[in-house]
Amino acid sequence: MLRFLIRRILGAIAVLFAISILVFLIFNVVPATNPAPRIAGKNATPHLIKEVEKQWGLDKPLPEQYWTQMKLIFTGKVKSYQSSINVDQRILEGIPATASLCIGAAIIWLSFGFLFGYLSAVRAGGWLDRGLTVLALIGVSMPVFWLASILLYYFTYKIELFPPSGYEPLSNPGKWFSHLILPWISLAILFAGFYSRVLRSSMLDVMNEDYVRTARAKGLSQRRVMVKHVLRNSLIPVITLFGLDFGVLIGGGAIVTESLFNIEGVGLFTAEALKQQDFPSIMAVTLFGAFFIVLFNIFVDIAYAYLDPRIRLGTSAA
Amino acid sequence: MSPDSEIPGAGGVAPRAIPPNGGPGGTVTGDPELVAEIAGDEGGDGQRGGPWAIAWRRLRRNKFALFALGVFLLIVICCLLAPVWAEHVAHTGPNQTHPLEKLHEGNEVKEVVEPSGKAIGPQFFAAGGKFFLGADGHLGRDEMVRLLYGGRSSLFIGVVAAIITTVLAVVFALLSGYYGGWTDTVISRIMDVIWAFPVVLLSLALGIVLAVGGLEIGPIHVKGNSLWIPTLIIGFVYTPYMARPLRGEILGLREKEFIEAAVAQGAGSARIMFLEILPNLMSTIIVFFTLNIANNMLLEAVLSYLGAGVQPPSSSWGTMISEGFEALYNEPLLTIIPGTAILLTVLSVNVFGDGLRDALDPKSKVRFEARAGTADTEAVGPV
Amino acid sequence: MSATPETAPASPGAGGGALLEVDGLRVGFATEDGRVQAVDGVDFRLEPGEVLAIVGESGSGKSVTAQTLIGLTRSPNSHIEGSVRLRGEELTALSESQLQKVRGTQIAMIFQDPMTSMNPVYTVGSQVIEAIRAHDTSAGKKEARARAVELLESVGIPDADRRVDAYPHEFSGGMRQRAMIAMGLALEPSVLIADEPTTALDVTIQAQILDLIQELNRSRGLATILITHDLGVVAEVADRVLVMYGGKVVERGTLDDIFYDPQHPYTWGLLGSLTRLDQPRPHRLPQISGAPPSLLHLPTGCAFRPRCPHEFGKCTEVPGLEARLPDDPNHRDRCWLTPEQKRKRREVEGRIGLEEPR
Repeated sequence: MLRFLIRRILGAIAVLFAISILVFLIFNVVPATNPAPRIAGKNATPHLIKEVEKQWGLDKPLPEQYWTQMKLIFTGKVKSYQSSINVDQRILEGIPATASLCIGAAIIWLSFGFLFGYLSAVRAGGWLDRGLTVLALIGVSMPVFWLASILLYYFTYKIELFPPSGYEPLSNPGKWFSHLILPWISLAILFAGFYSRVLRSSMLDVMNEDYVRTARAKGLSQRRVMVKHVLRNSLIPVITLFGLDFGVLIGGGAIVTESLFNIEGVGLFTAEALKQQDFPSIMAVTLFGAFFIVLFNIFVDIAYAYLDPRIRLGTSAA
Repeated sequence: MSPDSEIPGAGGVAPRAIPPNGGPGGTVTGDPELVAEIAGDEGGDGQRGGPWAIAWRRLRRNKFALFALGVFLLIVICCLLAPVWAEHVAHTGPNQTHPLEKLHEGNEVKEVVEPSGKAIGPQFFAAGGKFFLGADGHLGRDEMVRLLYGGRSSLFIGVVAAIITTVLAVVFALLSGYYGGWTDTVISRIMDVIWAFPVVLLSLALGIVLAVGGLEIGPIHVKGNSLWIPTLIIGFVYTPYMARPLRGEILGLREKEFIEAAVAQGAGSARIMFLEILPNLMSTIIVFFTLNIANNMLLEAVLSYLGAGVQPPSSSWGTMISEGFEALYNEPLLTIIPGTAILLTVLSVNVFGDGLRDALDPKSKVRFEARAGTADTEAVGPV
Repeated sequence: MSATPETAPASPGAGGGALLEVDGLRVGFATEDGRVQAVDGVDFRLEPGEVLAIVGESGSGKSVTAQTLIGLTRSPNSHIEGSVRLRGEELTALSESQLQKVRGTQIAMIFQDPMTSMNPVYTVGSQVIEAIRAHDTSAGKKEARARAVELLESVGIPDADRRVDAYPHEFSGGMRQRAMIAMGLALEPSVLIADEPTTALDVTIQAQILDLIQELNRSRGLATILITHDLGVVAEVADRVLVMYGGKVVERGTLDDIFYDPQHPYTWGLLGSLTRLDQPRPHRLPQISGAPPSLLHLPTGCAFRPRCPHEFGKCTEVPGLEARLPDDPNHRDRCWLTPEQKRKRREVEGRIGLEEPR
């Protein structure tokens, strides 16, 4: 276990390093113009641009530039030149909102994904299955931000059921909850549709396994066979998916939902930074996001070994 | 079929094709040995024709999927005919503004844009097809014409990016799966890094940088507002999601006897890759390609919505939603119309892709047609 | 001896006391390409303490027959006719939940591949315990565990006290099959259905498992239905044999009937593909040419006709399962040839195999 962890953490560091280089290249090398004016922002004075060039080492060779920039990010000294706020600080402040959004949405999508997927698989070929299949396919075919817009229009404007948008801290649970309902739903619908499809096909595969026939031959009840043998063994692909998806979202991946509902989390910050081409912020936020993806990758491997005793952590790590 | 996180994107960190056996209509197989026994495994006369003929027969029986294909083709044809509609019915272009124009419908005279800034609603054929779906806000552009032209962009990006992804993924997967060794290591590691990068974030970053400066690859210069920029980006970011599963399949195929036989006969690498391995990947490639079109169109919409996709003067369904969103509370139709277009198109592709997967899935050789309704009897789920 | 209708009990002399009686069992499946009649009229009786072997190639319907006995083939797509009576109780009329009470407690079943037949995510012990507690709700966890250990010991698993907590992948193939048998025996059923129990095992392990089944059969009086394609397995343990082809029983008799006086050309083929030490070795093992028929497109008349070198005009009609030997009413077959013709082809011309040894 320890060896596995050490190996995975080293691997994670390597991946993060590679990603930082990739981002660096995207913003410093791909566009054939001087990045300083872009870092400094749209209304920068020549003086500011000079200062940026100096602080970011843009007059130095590329490897040195890279080193300077990483040092700024990891010492928490990156400042957005446009809003002159501390980027690392701003990301940390966004975590509660992002976590509220993602955890709530995850609860919704897992509940519905499991319920619909299970019913669909148990009744495969029947009308319930067909109906749920159509629902799930519609769910995964919608642009999320479009659905969110429609929900916003209808529920906050037409019938004024929910407050418009924004994020309320958890210190006021009622407000926190009512402000998050719509974002949760719009973020969860796609996942719910997708997970129900994955669980359904995973369960149909498992139902064809010999050990399910054995379980039935033992005289177990239909429900017990479905839950203890079919569902349990079908969980593995779903858990994998969940770990990875959740890692992306919690690391600021809910860019669209957060900006649509004006939730001041990591995703909204990312969207703003991207729109203004605020390079220091993008760099920091990307590394932050990649960190969570890599972290949840490790979690998934551990969960995998727990769910399937045939997998040994030591060997699966490669 | 990838909803990825917020859209085909942010989330995608795993191979997104749903494993086989999904599908509307439900595959209800008995246990595998039983099925093999019933099919009389080797007694081939039960299944006449090659695998493609079998797949085609199966697909033909899936009316739902064929209907979806029909819908998709209809949408494609409509969008291809956009200039015809624009010239002969609407008499205007997608970017032509009509802020002061008046429409004569019988005795009635309507302003395209009222002084208050409110645009005219759907007229259908009341004005001879002009402003069929109304106008798009204070500029008074014809929404129907914009929808058709926008669809051309969205479909172009969806299909061409899928071709790019497929070609790149197949090449990388063949190189990495067939040669193994350090070729495999290098390609796989690069894929890993892209994989660990949220799709939406990566494509947004690329989209914003390239939209400003354009792209220069050797002698080729692509302008920042060209449709090719989002197309190339989308084609690129989805490559690992297709290359990985293909590589896995190739690793499996390489162990098969027929490959060994080809090697023993002295066949060259290119011959083995393209004549022996590739045909065996075709069904996977076809399914991925189809579902990829759906994902690409969703990702295009997200990018355009965030300003990193299709750039003016071009428009797409994504930019139309984005523009419509600005006036969401006054004119919700401007958001609803392009969104519905995306939904219909992506849904039809997804349903068809699902049917294709069912038809091509070799696992369901014999499938029991569930008699609908009876599946609900107390006995047995359809085990 | 007049021709008995097919639905008559297998051994008319035995009276009504059979443990398991199967009459006119037919199982059909609706498939995409049409209806498949996987089992087409099978009947037999199983007496307590008896070992009945059902032999045939894949596609002969033997596994479907076995699984249908405990209702495992029930599904919206299947159509089951005929009767399966356990001590006079009609199993085909039972509901799914009533059948669950029969499975494991009265009829247990073990399967071909012990690797895939155990759930990989649970320990072997917990799967045995599950079988016990599914029916005996009074059994506490500890008690059930103690019984599981005892059962594993009784089927010859060494160090059972420790191995009970191991996962299936930590067992060898033979050990897994022993554990499967232990699982089947947990509630002391009166019938054990073993579906190709040795096919996936090494030859030496095969013999051990067969010995185990035979020993259980003798010591506990456990009536056993042994499904196999391998006559060698049959020769070791079976009392009576049913040969199936294309969903139908083509020959039935005692072990000696089948081995020393086989009547159906298909049985000859099966025997031909068996090496025998008590006979001079042929130059080349005779074999059955061709492949078993697809059940979707069965030939008209005798299903074996296309592969049979002795085919003649009459074979386009389906022969009945009849006793054709005057002195043995229980040895029956489905072949139009008269016993005389058969004897001639088999012994005089030496064409026991379907393709003459060259």
